Amino acid sequence: MTEQAPPRPSRRRLANLAPAGPVRATAAVCEAASCLSGRSGEVHTGLVDALETAGVTDVAVKRVGCLGLCAAGPLVSVPETGQLHRNVSPEDLSGLVESLKAADPAAPAVAPDPFFARQVRVVTENLGRVDPESIDDYVAAGGYRALATALQEMSSAEVLAEVTASGLRGRGGAGYPTGLKWQTVAKAGAPERYVVCNADEGDPGAFMDRSVLESDPHRVLEGMALAGYAVGASHGVVYCRAEYPLALSRLKTAIRQAERAGWLGGSIAEEDFSFTVDVRVGAGAFVCGEETALISSLEGGRGTPVPRPPYPATSGLWGAPTLINNVETLAAVPAIVGRGGAWYAGIGTATSKGTKVFALAGRVRNTGLIEVPMGITLREVVFDIGGGIVDDRPFKAVQTGGPSGGCIPSDYLDMPLDYESLAGVGSIMGSGGMIVMDDTSCMVDVARYFMDFCRDESCGKCIPCRVGTTQAWMLLGAITGGTATMADLDQLERLSSMMAATSLCGLGQTAPNPVFSTLRYFRDEYAAHIVDRTCPAGACQELIS
Amino acid sequence: MQVAFEAPAGRDVRRSSGRPAHPSPPSDDRRWRAVDSRIRRLGGKPDGLIEVLHAVQEAFGYIDVDALAYVGQSLRVPPSKVYGVATFYSYFTLKPAGEHTCVVCTGTACYINGAAGILAAIDAALGVKPGETTGDGRMSVLTARCVGACSLAPVVVVDGEASGRVTPAGAVARLGDLPATEASAP
Repeated sequence: MTEQAPPRPSRRRLANLAPAGPVRATAAVCEAASCLSGRSGEVHTGLVDALETAGVTDVAVKRVGCLGLCAAGPLVSVPETGQLHRNVSPEDLSGLVESLKAADPAAPAVAPDPFFARQVRVVTENLGRVDPESIDDYVAAGGYRALATALQEMSSAEVLAEVTASGLRGRGGAGYPTGLKWQTVAKAGAPERYVVCNADEGDPGAFMDRSVLESDPHRVLEGMALAGYAVGASHGVVYCRAEYPLALSRLKTAIRQAERAGWLGGSIAEEDFSFTVDVRVGAGAFVCGEETALISSLEGGRGTPVPRPPYPATSGLWGAPTLINNVETLAAVPAIVGRGGAWYAGIGTATSKGTKVFALAGRVRNTGLIEVPMGITLREVVFDIGGGIVDDRPFKAVQTGGPSGGCIPSDYLDMPLDYESLAGVGSIMGSGGMIVMDDTSCMVDVARYFMDFCRDESCGKCIPCRVGTTQAWMLLGAITGGTATMADLDQLERLSSMMAATSLCGLGQTAPNPVFSTLRYFRDEYAAHIVDRTCPAGACQELIS
Repeated sequence: MQVAFEAPAGRDVRRSSGRPAHPSPPSDDRRWRAVDSRIRRLGGKPDGLIEVLHAVQEAFGYIDVDALAYVGQSLRVPPSKVYGVATFYSYFTLKPAGEHTCVVCTGTACYINGAAGILAAIDAALGVKPGETTGDGRMSVLTARCVGACSLAPVVVVDGEASGRVTPAGAVARLGDLPATEASAP
């Protein structure tokens, strides 16, 4: 299938409006991808013009990153009063201008929407607050302080110890203890080591890494430099997907700014530590999220995985020890080093520490980007933060973990969100995509959708995945098409177990997970398609007559 | 700019035997300058293959056979590998797009909110399936795995401009409203 992402964003820089005198209120305009596609750039320029025309001289207009509540974009927040203006139309800014004229910082702050009240922001603490294209703004918000402190007052072993103590686990999906991974790289005897930031966010329905890179790119760079210091690497590279042009452009701007300001390059913070960061652009291959495939792609080849061990931590890029962490993992590091591993470990559950960023989407009212403490229940996420199901339809399932994950039915709404609980019900934490489904979604069709994805994205190197995903997809198509027998269902289960047991890499090993989990909780839907030739959700066109 | 993670010296044995003169671009089109500058910046080394293919696609909109051959010669990568890499990654396209492009997002959120219905409506109206261009070269229809605007699902991106919460009829109407533009200047 041919794929193309939207072209690059306009090069035109939107000037922030910064009054010379005291600022009474700030209009923070969300200029991350979702609000920008709702023309928030025009809101920004229009607002600057309108305030100037109205002679308002004590209101600032500022570009900020993702404000989170993407469903109601374009968004404009006023931090001084706690107000959040939703669905702001660039055609009619008069209401917003009047509200800004009347904004009174001394008045009691507006109570935050439940969407925000239940969140705990660590990785996303700067989102919607700092200008993603200004290093000064990042530094003013406390940025690069953890790096300076680490370089000037801590040994690399002490930095590593804080990360280990934090209990942070890889946020890319697998949940491997970050401190342990760092130790392996640090201990590997080699003259050169690398830090790779995995920003090849390929899960359909996930946009956490994109939002963080678009909204707070310096934080990721600071996390990478801290990782470099801890493991003894002096070069880093961000592997970011080409489908995220805005994230790429803001990341490159941030690298230039950080080099100029001395936060990247040689002798950082006047200490004997140098660290450079390059960007490599992916080209649309889901399998490149797998570590060894990512390395093959960084070396200029097809993104095909190789068996592990050796793990990249001992033999990665060009055979050198390579630390690969995803965007969210690295973005958590400045807070951990700055405030201490024990502080971070105080959030969350016994085995899943800290917070997790989720991209909440699907048939839920408040779609958007959220960050919650580990251990929060699905019900709180879907109904309190998410505001419940669109049109008050019945909740059916939550899909987590994308094509490697599973569908969690309503019986488990009160289950805590942590690595072990999610695995226990046949899903995974994954990178943070969370798709809410109502009774209009057919679970067999959802399984077929994900198998189609894996079939298309299989690199073709190993037979269990290359052939298995295609055969499973055809069997699922026969079921949704009303031509399958119960023998086909047996065949599907056998094939799925074979794929899980024998595939070379995580893509093939986890490709059957959506099948397993929908069979576990929605077997009657499979039976209805096969025996009764009906689709209970009314989604499978071939069965509607 | 420094290539920070280049292959250690000695890994690529061909490099020690001296480089032949840099090949000439397939044509005197000025857009090759941008490609050549990217090749130079990457040190002309084989591991820059994906970056250089990006440069070609940025400059020309697609990568044709002549371009593949030129990139291979410039980086000293055999044609089998150049073609293998260019076709492995779905972002690279080896054929030119139509005057307008319509990208229908088929990410999970868009899928459960009706992306399939949008594709069916476009096919019914224009007779093109994903990956195809209309006979008159006016419209290319593509799908994206996820454009990351899941909150606005279903999303359609027409000529780079994203619209959210699109209905099948709305998508078809939007395509019908597009002006007849002239082919882009070379």
